[in-house]
Amino acid sequence: MTKGAEQNAQAAALLDRSDERVKHAEGVGGSVRAFWDRVRSGDLGSVPVVVGLAIIWTVFQSLNPVFLAPNNLVNLLFDCSTVGVIALGIVCILVVGEIDLSVGSVSGFASALVGVLWVNQGWPVSIAILAALLFGALIGALYAVLFNRFGMPSFVATLAGLLSILGLQLYLLGSTGSINLPYEAPLVNFGQLLVMPDPVSYALAALPGFVMFVLGYRTAARRREAGLSPQPLTSLLLRSVAVTVVLEFIVYYLNLDRGIPWMFGLFVGLVAVMNYALTRTKWGRQMLAVGGNREAARRAGINVRFIYMTAFVLCSGFAAAGGILSAARLASASQQAGTGDVNLNAIAAAVIGGTSLFGGRGSAYSALLGIIVIQSIASGLTLLDLSSSLRYMITGAVLAIAVIVDSLARRSRASHGRA
Amino acid sequence: MDRTQELRDMGELVLGLRGISKHFGAVSALTDIDLDVHAGEVVALVGDNGAGKSTLVKILAGVHQPSSGSITFRGKPVTLADPSAALGLGIATVFQDLALCENLDVVANIFLGRELSPYRLDEVSMELKAWTLLNELSARIPSVREPVASLSGGQRQTVAIARSLLLEPKLILLDEPTAALGVAQTAEVLDLIERVRDRGLGVIMVSHNMEDVRAVADRIVVLRLGRNNGVFEPDASNQELVSAITGAANNSVSRRASRRQAQSGQAPAPEGRP
Ligand SMILES: Nc1ncnc2c1ncn2[C@@H]1O[C@H](COP(=O)(O)OP(=O)(O)OP(=O)(O)O)[C@@H](O)[C@H]1O
Ligand SMILES: [Mg+2]
Repeated sequence: MTKGAEQNAQAAALLDRSDERVKHAEGVGGSVRAFWDRVRSGDLGSVPVVVGLAIIWTVFQSLNPVFLAPNNLVNLLFDCSTVGVIALGIVCILVVGEIDLSVGSVSGFASALVGVLWVNQGWPVSIAILAALLFGALIGALYAVLFNRFGMPSFVATLAGLLSILGLQLYLLGSTGSINLPYEAPLVNFGQLLVMPDPVSYALAALPGFVMFVLGYRTAARRREAGLSPQPLTSLLLRSVAVTVVLEFIVYYLNLDRGIPWMFGLFVGLVAVMNYALTRTKWGRQMLAVGGNREAARRAGINVRFIYMTAFVLCSGFAAAGGILSAARLASASQQAGTGDVNLNAIAAAVIGGTSLFGGRGSAYSALLGIIVIQSIASGLTLLDLSSSLRYMITGAVLAIAVIVDSLARRSRASHGRA
Repeated sequence: MDRTQELRDMGELVLGLRGISKHFGAVSALTDIDLDVHAGEVVALVGDNGAGKSTLVKILAGVHQPSSGSITFRGKPVTLADPSAALGLGIATVFQDLALCENLDVVANIFLGRELSPYRLDEVSMELKAWTLLNELSARIPSVREPVASLSGGQRQTVAIARSLLLEPKLILLDEPTAALGVAQTAEVLDLIERVRDRGLGVIMVSHNMEDVRAVADRIVVLRLGRNNGVFEPDASNQELVSAITGAANNSVSRRASRRQAQSGQAPAPEGRP
């Protein structure tokens, strides 16, 4: 049978093209049509974000022409990175169908811990950072134990955590209330100043398209060898070139000002690593399985408790990392760190980016896309000199819209058989 | 019963259950169940709705733990503490409710928990193997890269069966494997059960379809209200089976039904169809 497929180069003979009822997208037009069909059936992917971003940028740009200036966008990237890392953790926990409401508190406490250990106690900064990350991981492990052993719903456990850890943060910072980090320290430079040299940023922007093409080409070759339909070379080439052109243009535009912050580079690197882990490893597959149907995952022999443990630990760990980055960004560890809208922004970013609140669907890139939306709103409103009261209201409304889109898409997927 | 004895002498004992009971709170789903499965033997498990068939299957799959009783697998006493323990021993199960992840595609479901190259998933090999398994079952599945949610009930059942065959199990449990299948697919599954038996594996098949049961079973084990209610040869008469399944007390009911059928001009269902 496989031999027959090899001899016959016709598409009809390919192992996965034997059912004549399925329309297969041919050429570029076909890919566009297939994409449109997917969107209409509720498999929205990143469409809402891109549309939303276009609207938001148009509105703010027309209200204040500074908004899209390279300088403002570079600032935006600095600001994105801190909450973005927290949102990346939220993606991990949402994928398994649970929630962590305490990421703000964990991030605030992590920044306070770094401030106290490093500045007040004089520990080496790397040890202080490590301690804060470890603390985050421990909190996540605690949630996982409460969830796995006692069946405590994650939103209750983490709501309790929100308050307790906020209390810990206030206790730790004590009477002084806030700790200033030394301005000349590398950590603070990293959070406020360090940008990539131009050649480095151009080279890094070329990387995704290149990797995409090489991997795609290799996969296509293997599929052809195995008698499966390969992705057409032209569409692969087109997509790789498109990605490269877009990224290089963004880099060029931002290089008109300071350039790409290293902190943003770190964030994108983490996103890429998590994307690989979620889509290309057994662990990631099991995360999605547990989020989609926990009992089915258990019956398939998956260690469901371990998967929940990794999800909670990663979520709190990323929250702590985000807290450290925001301390670096603000050059201080204060009682306000991690309070206010941090929690909601992180969750909203993940959901807006296309990770479902209902579990089983999501990607690491949703954290990146979503946080750019959220931060664009924040930055636009700040430029308009609007008070934080209005900012909260608008961010809340955006989150509500994102959840509505998520719910509607879910319903539509159910009726179109796409789960 | 002589033939059963013969069979017992033939194959090695793959699975032995002694005194298995299972309580769900006040409900006794299973009471004192004994069951043997030999290598190269197909045991059909029949019984009314709620007789406890699926509960027994789930105990063997490690989904439920028995309240009491002992299980031996290939001569060794075992405890099936969780599904991975059962899978590890080589017990593969197709559940009545299929237990698929609707958000994942067909390939991901077939390989769930047994993905090739864990740190760099080998999608091409997995897809190839998935197609091979599905073609063996004459599956009519348009695309293995669509989420399972988009498949019909029978297609899902085929996916669930394909998954159970992935790892060369020693014992296969099929809980109503043909309930949603078309004519051709049912025939393939029955063929497959025979092929699996001829390879020397043990098979337990739960079914309400007496035709399917007679076609492949070497032994028919009847459960009634959670208890053993007789073991039959595949050539046992229909009436014997029905009365064992529904209980002796209900027998008059079934007899009256057949009498009424005879009055309305049809031949009464004779016993002992081939
Ligand atoms: N998880 C559970 N909790 C409580 N009771 C249960 C549970 N699972 C099964 N039961 C009970 O155990 C009994 C046997 O159920 P089981 O599913 O094994 O029946 P079955 O023989 O498979 O029936 P069917 O032919 O309808 O599939 C039923 O009375 C059912 O109510
Ligand atoms: Mg059942």
